[in-house]
Amino acid sequence: MSAPRALVLRAAGTNCDGETARALELGGATAAVWHLERLVAEPDRLEQTEILVLAGGFSHGDDVGAGRVWGLDLRRRLQAELWAFVERGGLVLGICNGFQALLESGLFAPRGSAAAERDVALTANTSNHYECRWVSLESLDCVCPWIVAGERWPVPVAHAEGRFAVADGGVVERLRAAGQVALSYVAPGGGPAEYPANPNGSVADIAGICDASGRVLGLMPHPERNVSPWHHPRWTRMEAREEGEGLIFFRRMVAVAAGVSV
Amino acid sequence: MQASTEPESATAAATLPDAWRVECFRRSVADDPDGAGLPAAAAELGIEGLDDARLGRGVLLPASLGREHIERIIAELLADPLLDEVRLTAPGQLPAIPAGVRRVLVARKPGVMDPVAQTIRETLARVGLARLDPAECVSTFRAWELSGPLSDESAATLARRVLGNETIEDVLLDDEGLHHGPPAAGAPHGRVEVALCEAEDARLARISDEGGLSLNLEEMTVIRDHFRAAGREPTACELETLAQTWSEHCKHKTFAGTVLYSSPGQPVRRFENLLEETIKRATEELDRPWCVSVFHDNAGIIAFDGDWDVSFKVETHNHPSAIDPYGGAGTGIGGVIRDILGVGLGARPIANTDAFFVGPSDLPAEELPRGCMHPRRILRGVVRGVRDYGNRMGIPTVNGGVWTHPGYVANPLVFAGTIGLIPRSCATKSVAAGDWIVVAGGRTGRDGIHGATFSSVELHEESETVSSAAVQIGDPITEKRVLDALLTARDRGLYRAITDCGAGGLSSAVGEMGEELGATVDLETVPLKYPGLTPEEIWISEAQERMVMAVGPERLEALVEVFSAEGVETSVIGRFEDTGRLLLRHGGEVTGELSMAFLHGGTPRPVREAVWTPPEHPDPSVPACADHGRTLLELLAMPDVASKEWIVRQYDHEVQGFSVLKPLVGVRGDGPGDGAVLKPLVDSPKALAVGCGANPRYGLLHPGRMAAAVIDEALRNVVCVGGDPEHTAILDNFAWGNCDKPDRLGSLVLAAEACRDAALAYGTPFISGKDSLNNEYRVGGRAIPIPPTLLISALAVVPDVARVVSMDLKRAGNGVWLVGATHAELGGSHYLAARGLEGGVVPAPDLATAPGVLRALHGALAAGCVRACHDLSEGGLAVAAAEMAFAGELGLTLELSAVEALEAPPGADLDATLLYSESTTRFLVEVEPAAEERWLAAMAGVPCARVGRVLAEPQLEIEGLGGGRLACIALADLRAAHGGGFQG
Repeated sequence: MSAPRALVLRAAGTNCDGETARALELGGATAAVWHLERLVAEPDRLEQTEILVLAGGFSHGDDVGAGRVWGLDLRRRLQAELWAFVERGGLVLGICNGFQALLESGLFAPRGSAAAERDVALTANTSNHYECRWVSLESLDCVCPWIVAGERWPVPVAHAEGRFAVADGGVVERLRAAGQVALSYVAPGGGPAEYPANPNGSVADIAGICDASGRVLGLMPHPERNVSPWHHPRWTRMEAREEGEGLIFFRRMVAVAAGVSV
Repeated sequence: MQASTEPESATAAATLPDAWRVECFRRSVADDPDGAGLPAAAAELGIEGLDDARLGRGVLLPASLGREHIERIIAELLADPLLDEVRLTAPGQLPAIPAGVRRVLVARKPGVMDPVAQTIRETLARVGLARLDPAECVSTFRAWELSGPLSDESAATLARRVLGNETIEDVLLDDEGLHHGPPAAGAPHGRVEVALCEAEDARLARISDEGGLSLNLEEMTVIRDHFRAAGREPTACELETLAQTWSEHCKHKTFAGTVLYSSPGQPVRRFENLLEETIKRATEELDRPWCVSVFHDNAGIIAFDGDWDVSFKVETHNHPSAIDPYGGAGTGIGGVIRDILGVGLGARPIANTDAFFVGPSDLPAEELPRGCMHPRRILRGVVRGVRDYGNRMGIPTVNGGVWTHPGYVANPLVFAGTIGLIPRSCATKSVAAGDWIVVAGGRTGRDGIHGATFSSVELHEESETVSSAAVQIGDPITEKRVLDALLTARDRGLYRAITDCGAGGLSSAVGEMGEELGATVDLETVPLKYPGLTPEEIWISEAQERMVMAVGPERLEALVEVFSAEGVETSVIGRFEDTGRLLLRHGGEVTGELSMAFLHGGTPRPVREAVWTPPEHPDPSVPACADHGRTLLELLAMPDVASKEWIVRQYDHEVQGFSVLKPLVGVRGDGPGDGAVLKPLVDSPKALAVGCGANPRYGLLHPGRMAAAVIDEALRNVVCVGGDPEHTAILDNFAWGNCDKPDRLGSLVLAAEACRDAALAYGTPFISGKDSLNNEYRVGGRAIPIPPTLLISALAVVPDVARVVSMDLKRAGNGVWLVGATHAELGGSHYLAARGLEGGVVPAPDLATAPGVLRALHGALAAGCVRACHDLSEGGLAVAAAEMAFAGELGLTLELSAVEALEAPPGADLDATLLYSESTTRFLVEVEPAAEERWLAAMAGVPCARVGRVLAEPQLEIEGLGGGRLACIALADLRAAHGGGFQG
């Protein structure tokens, strides 16, 4: 079949759309970058799309809250179309600010729930400032079809508000039980991560979650920034390599979109 | 600022804002790091009695909305359902303040940009929550609630020194009377004439002073005579236009002026144009074929690969950063990004650089001059400013530096640079008669009036209060929108020429673009943030995030559509016409008419005297070192050497996915890399290396040797990582004291000549530069200049990314080689500084041999026989060896006796000379045993000795010239010394 079609969504202040589209293409998809306003005007485009990615950046300056305004745009202006997209098998990925916006959009919550019922949040890092550093991620046993449990891979984070927080301890248990905890930060040798391995103080080291269907995934780290052989911060210490560890993440997502299980 | 003794009843109801007041506080302390961190920040200032603090994010919304409506806006937009608790106060009411807390409200002064309020207003409309009338205001504020036994005085100090900046913000202590509404109207007027023709000298000087024009008497006289000849008085608009265009900031009158230079025992020499005869002369003589555009545009451009060129510009933003570090640095980076957007037909910014020169972080409070901010507050502020602007723009900040010296306490320096990628076909531009003048981006307000002229005068004790209008507030998201729209419009060929609106605002942008033709501008068509601006204010406002384009009439509609799709406002404000004149109108009335020839060519060319007398210090030679271990740890902890990780990690250095050698390298990512490398073309193996050099300690002793040394340093930094010295361009940024004074100008001449000589010797042309020649601070009757400061930035092409090398040691057993000759050059060194000694021989490259060393080393790197490479700079061999070791988590043994013969003055400690001399053009290089033959072949004819070996044991061992062990230090101790100290 022809390559799956990816649509990278951006808003004013999004700034990772270029490298995200490149990573999707390296992963085997065709990729176009669209402004949210264009999708609002032409929502039918979703019918010719298999993968929708919300790229990272500072949508609307993160004014009011990180991803808040972009998420409100999605919730009030595109929610029905997005639900329909996911229901017919479309895959949605939110990276960093895209994850923050997805959380605000309500796409992780049960359909029909109000904004006020949200019981998870991404908020200020414990360090209280922006941090750019590489971390180790562990892929967990979850319902997201392109995450292969047990793998550990390096990837950079770059954010000021990435601390995953929950309303109460029961929320993490519920997410785990439902297979919705997809990615966690791990210590260099494995095991629970202290700062800086857990760069933001996230509860239970959670770096990424998916919705109940597994088709909507959000994560704070940037896999699109580790796709080339020269992205790794220590590549000058390594043997020559073909690609970065983040590329397989996109390749598998594209494969799943093409109907291949990984 | 008023401290009240009756906190809760102090505010009369009449002064309470007629607006809904929403304050969102975090429910739990853990979610409020700003609040949680405040008691420690207060304690640092010596403020006692603050037990707890909370920060509320406040918004004022129009009273016309109903309560239910407001509650819906809170639930959907303003408050986080999980984290926030909201205090809602009805219009005209006092908020329900918890018992026992003191409140500090911090709000932008009326008229100062409030980007968050703007976002809220636009969002409410876009998502259909509320459509506000243009006259209805939204504004934001911060509400701090402080508890504990805080005295009135302590609370006031805390409010002023930590919580707010009264230059741009209203700071209210226990006073709920927030301003709500547009700024008080000014006194708008039409054409205003200034009585100049009959004015004598004293009156001319007073007109310049009182108008903040920064024009000297000679210039005022030329202007008066010009209008006398024309038989009329100048208008305010004309006078302002001349002041902006002729300002030191825009015209570089000193550097491009005539200079008579004398030094002891030498005949007087005359430079007709110092800049042309030094910096630019080198570029002309070198005539490198890969120089695409040098000096005349907003940035320099060099060829990169195939159809792609790269542009580079570094700017200063010193005076604004002194009075508002956060806003000053942010708008500094915003401005240099616009330079890159406005070079040729526009380049895509791919990297930022920054360099700060600040006072010591541990300066005792009592030594802080009146009217100055503490260096700690300045450094934190400028780091946050660069962070918040650069990160939001999606441009990685990859290279820079921090230099600390007491000479910068009152006058810190902030440099920001941007590198852009541009198609070869977009390198040039020209304006055609009949093109519309289109302004795009942010609206124009009363912000940033007289920035260009303010930056051209000395700072003084009152600068903080009198110059607040010169400070601007950046809005990076508006600039990001402009960037996105502009590059689309460029690729579709929708405009013929473009430039940024920087210093001098529209007056400079339109004046420059129309220089060859002429232009007519209708000032009432410029979109305003609020009504009531005078024609002059519109014309010279330095409101941020604006670009000016020349647009052919047939393309206008398409251009407006492209900008509008990104949410960017455009407005046609006039037309370029072949009249040779600048015509300004306001509501149909002529408010100014100047000939372009007079505007751009009428500046009198002053003749300035320059004198150089070397400072007198006894030569301290090289005092003996009793404990090399302790000395090395001490050097690693000195602020110029110590880790900058706390800064680097706050910058996104990965965004765009092009960063292939990060600013921090090594096993733990704590090794200070020499240069950063970017690979911006996916299908090409070529990359770009960027590095910089500066050294104020050298500058104080010998500006000429300093200039050559810092050029060498910038080149070392790019060659170290794989840059080709034969395809490297450099930028100069001079920051000097007041060069109207002969001694300041004398040292500038010395540095400029050294720049020319070094650039010619290395074959590295200058492609762009900027000078800031009024960095003095007047306190009492005394003017204190900064140390002569030259920042050199280098941009080099790396032929093959696979050959890029980092500075961390790679494998035990490898040999470690010292490249380059060591001399007893410790003048300005960290070794002497740590001992409080001045004087000595300042390091400088041997221009006959240094270029060959760089070429040979590049050959060795390109041939793949180098595993690690680090340049020797502050702290010399000892510091470089320590950094390579802890970055690689591998030990290193150094044998000083392996170094070739060393000449040193009698009495010098030879071990210390070898370890701590800062001689230039030196590197420490790790080579695999199997590659040694190829390495030696590549380095033939270059001083090069195997001085050490990589060890598996985690320690640095140093054997002295006499064979005895001088030091053995654990890597953990080296790392701790390097990573300790001020961490923000």
